[in-house]
Amino acid sequence: MTDNTSPSASASPWRVFKDHCLKGQLAYQVTQAGQVVFYPRVCAPQTGDDLHWRVSKGLGTVYSCTEVMGKDREPYNVSLIDVDEGFRMMSRVDGLAAKDVSIGLRVQLKMDMTHPEDPLPVFVPLQAGHPGPTGATHD
Amino acid sequence: MIDPHGLSTSPFERASVAVVGAAESDLGHCAPGTSPVDLMAQASLRALSDAGLGLKDVDAVFCATSQIRFATTALCEYLGVHPRTHDGTQMGGSSFMTHMAQACAALERGQCEVALIAYGSTQRSVSRAAASPREFNPYETPYQPVLPISAYAMAAARHMHEFGTTRTHLASVAVAARQWALMNPVAWEKEPLTLEQALASRMVSSPLTLRDCCLVTDGGGALILTRGDRARHLQKAPVYVLGFAQELSHLSISNMPDLTTTGAKITGLAAMKMAGVTPGSFDLAMLYDAFTINTILFLEDLGFCQKGEGGPFVASGAIAPGGSLAVNTNGGGLSYCHPGMYGLLLLIEAVRQIRGECGVRQVPGCELAVAHGNGGVLSTQATVVLGAVHD
Repeated sequence: MTDNTSPSASASPWRVFKDHCLKGQLAYQVTQAGQVVFYPRVCAPQTGDDLHWRVSKGLGTVYSCTEVMGKDREPYNVSLIDVDEGFRMMSRVDGLAAKDVSIGLRVQLKMDMTHPEDPLPVFVPLQAGHPGPTGATHD
Repeated sequence: MIDPHGLSTSPFERASVAVVGAAESDLGHCAPGTSPVDLMAQASLRALSDAGLGLKDVDAVFCATSQIRFATTALCEYLGVHPRTHDGTQMGGSSFMTHMAQACAALERGQCEVALIAYGSTQRSVSRAAASPREFNPYETPYQPVLPISAYAMAAARHMHEFGTTRTHLASVAVAARQWALMNPVAWEKEPLTLEQALASRMVSSPLTLRDCCLVTDGGGALILTRGDRARHLQKAPVYVLGFAQELSHLSISNMPDLTTTGAKITGLAAMKMAGVTPGSFDLAMLYDAFTINTILFLEDLGFCQKGEGGPFVASGAIAPGGSLAVNTNGGGLSYCHPGMYGLLLLIEAVRQIRGECGVRQVPGCELAVAHGNGGVLSTQATVVLGAVHD
């Protein structure tokens, strides 16, 4: 059988990321030299190096945030999270009122499974003594 | 643009390209059924008339708008112009500063004689969502940021966190813009705005309220550029393009390295170096005020005050009429007009101020202006230095 996929990638960066989300994992990428990359790409910015997937421990800090006054819904939070492994991502902090989310707040990953086929990584305030989500690997 | 062998001459003598025509289209809420290209064409004819030139003279065209994929092609078809040189670079609201740089290069190389830069938008008539549909970003869109507002809100929140900037500082920017707008007959806003009113306005995406956000209007404009030798023989005094620089740092706000420092820090230095001037030289600063935080960020990054001191600077009254630095004298995107990609209107006001055409809001003896454009979510930054010597 002809391999029509070669030499193309068999899964897009987005698909790999989402497959990790389905397992409750927040995935990011690194280069051989240790450069951390997010959002997921086909090559590393600046160097063009190959990228390998890692799973975050899911701990981070709110870099900035806003309370959005949505139409016909409760105010909600949008945040930029500095994840401990060294990348920043947009997300949402749940578990407290949007107005109470503040810069510097320590947070931990919680996979929002509202849409089971399309899980969304969000965060909640870090529980004291919490070891972080299980499943952090260096695959 | 600057003759490398002529560094001992003044920037005005060195400048090879000048703006010779400038005009707005109809602004605000245009007649029903008006199209973006109607506004581009209207502004183009007005700018040509301002220059004492006609359509037959135009041999280079540069356009951008969010509503037409092939904006330059659309305007050339509409006007029956067949330019030797054309481009439709889309960098968001700073596109027109980029067009100006390209026009200068084309004029200097002899690839054209008369360059037209044009813009038009009917976003008030058709709605912002229709005029400027946003791309789906799988790493941002699911979190439902209200873009661009939430991105600028997070920049403002970070600025407040790092430097102690307050909502009152932000509101001071809106109040100063309104004070200028009340002196501009074509400004959208006609009523005074107090600090208390600005602070009490509806929160949209904290810490930004409605009054921290620019208007949503229809509008457009056009500029005519030619080489300095020809410019000196046209009907209006030339306004020379003395320096320009562009920078892009990110597309999405998640990828902005530092939310409190913009690419204006790089473009301001580069454009002022090209022009041979410093921040203290300027009579006027036209800063892309899509949101109140923009004015503060650009005042800092262009060197009009220290990083972190933009809040107290604007709260002191420095940028309001009668202050130490004339800023956004047309009333800005906050109170005059904001059709979505506002950069061209900054350049038009700078040209008019340097010509001394601004009536009651005229900055006395205005000879040197900086126009700073912004695109996306603080993504693209472009600075243009314009000037003229008055007799």
